[in-house]
Amino acid sequence: MKTRLLATIPLLLVFLVSCSDSTDKTPTLLNVSYDPTRELYKEINQAFAAQYGQPVHLEQSHGGSGKQARAVIDGLEADVVTLALGYDIDILSTQAKLLPADWQERLPEHSTPYYSTVVFLVRKGNPKGIHDWGDLVKEGVEVITPNPKTSGGARWNYLAAWAWADRQFNHDEANVIDYMKQLFRHVPVLDTGARGATLTFAQRAKGDVLLAWENEALLALRDYPKEEFEIVCPSISILAEPSVAIVDANVEKHGTQQLAKDYLDFLYTPAAQAICAKHFYRASRPQTIDASLLVPFKELTLVNIRDEFGGWAKAHAKHFASDALFDQIMKR
Amino acid sequence: MFGIGMAYMGMLILLPMAALAIRTAQLSPQEFRRVLTSAETIAAFKVSFGQAFLAALFNTIVGLPVAWTLARYKFPGRKFLELWIDLPFALPTAVAGIAICGLYSPRGWIGACLEPLGVKVAYSVNGIFVALVFVGIPFVIRTLQPIIENLDTAEEEAAACLGASRFYTFRRVILPSLRPAILTGFSMAFARGLGEYGSVIFIAGNIPGESEILPLRIVHALESYDYDGAAILATAMLLVSFIMLAAINALQRKRP
Repeated sequence: MKTRLLATIPLLLVFLVSCSDSTDKTPTLLNVSYDPTRELYKEINQAFAAQYGQPVHLEQSHGGSGKQARAVIDGLEADVVTLALGYDIDILSTQAKLLPADWQERLPEHSTPYYSTVVFLVRKGNPKGIHDWGDLVKEGVEVITPNPKTSGGARWNYLAAWAWADRQFNHDEANVIDYMKQLFRHVPVLDTGARGATLTFAQRAKGDVLLAWENEALLALRDYPKEEFEIVCPSISILAEPSVAIVDANVEKHGTQQLAKDYLDFLYTPAAQAICAKHFYRASRPQTIDASLLVPFKELTLVNIRDEFGGWAKAHAKHFASDALFDQIMKR
Repeated sequence: MFGIGMAYMGMLILLPMAALAIRTAQLSPQEFRRVLTSAETIAAFKVSFGQAFLAALFNTIVGLPVAWTLARYKFPGRKFLELWIDLPFALPTAVAGIAICGLYSPRGWIGACLEPLGVKVAYSVNGIFVALVFVGIPFVIRTLQPIIENLDTAEEEAAACLGASRFYTFRRVILPSLRPAILTGFSMAFARGLGEYGSVIFIAGNIPGESEILPLRIVHALESYDYDGAAILATAMLLVSFIMLAAINALQRKRP
């Protein structure tokens, strides 16, 4: 019994600490972001606070992009959102009217201060000879990708494959769907998020190729040097645009309009662009930063969601809604 | 006391359930048909209920001797073992999932041994079973142990004096008095297994129609902003669980 009592002491302490309320009036900004940007925004926040004339509290929240969007709809009072795909921000506008529908045109580069793309991570020496999307459906190739339903990032993987197949088969949709079906038949594990898929591929040695965001692939190269991977750039890929926006309803409530605007504007400055590149995101203004930071990024043919798929609302309805194409593709 | 009890139950359990029921009650029968008749949903029902049942059954069979050992024998390290048993209660299930997956994946210690035998655990339904065994075991042991401790050994001695074999004593004297606790432990482990998400998604392959559990389908529906679909799945799952738990409960009341 005594040990039980002793065990409650840390709990009590945690409780007391969480109760102690900070009463200072420093302006606070909450940035609700998606999972893999944790380290990126930690550094950006430090840089922003250091150059911003007055003291600010910058808070960040991370999780799956869709989950984060739902949390904001349900009342998480984000001043700014920096999510994995525009669709999750569209939802904030259409379902909860937290910001205007034209949010994406309020900031430069379609509100995308940094972007990425989808590449292949293969085992050293590329033993299965994987060079392009067509090679993924060869006999005996195992493809690791998260489920596009649970992972915002994986929707870009899916759309990149679709974009390649669409060109390959001359826009013949039946053939494209057939390719997509084959592709997902080569997927032995559908993780729920990008980090989980990276873990499955890198640490568990499962699969021959990981479809990954370039920044995650470059991180894996850095973090698992002994495992020896290499990156293969397919002939065509997608411009993966994690978008950022001010949540109007919340900044009005908090009186943080100016701070939120300054914060997002800061993302386009050379200092922040360099930090993005350091974390392996492609800077949307590469000409403003040191060329040495751009070395990891190969030239690639990239299609974008607007021209190729008519924007996220259309892409979602056609591919990812319940019983839409992805569900059809997964039927066996 | 009664008031506090009822208010607490109402706020914590009934309120969320009522919210779900109201949400579901507004949906059309077509919606129900759309969600519940899809092959993937039916498969997920089978996986979730099947694996939770098997894991709970396994836990009950294995948990009994473990609980017996802890209750009846004094040996060095017993206190330590006691603490370990509770670990699955406290450990974040995602951690459990990743750890189990690490052990059973083709390059893990156990997985590497099983692979040549053609047994696949990680990234298959077998992985779900292993994860559910892990999260469910303390429920069985913690239910059985105090009951075994309180068993009157005089009854066993009497049985032995009357010439009953060990096995006969176990079957006719011990087991009947443990029956309610065994059923309680089983149903708690079973219920826990049904709702488990964190550990399973790391070790199951999560392939729709094969190794996808119901809670994951609910998450899929939510991620596609299909709140109706999620509500229907949740309600259906709740109803089936409720019926099954009620059945176990009835079994428990019935005297053998």
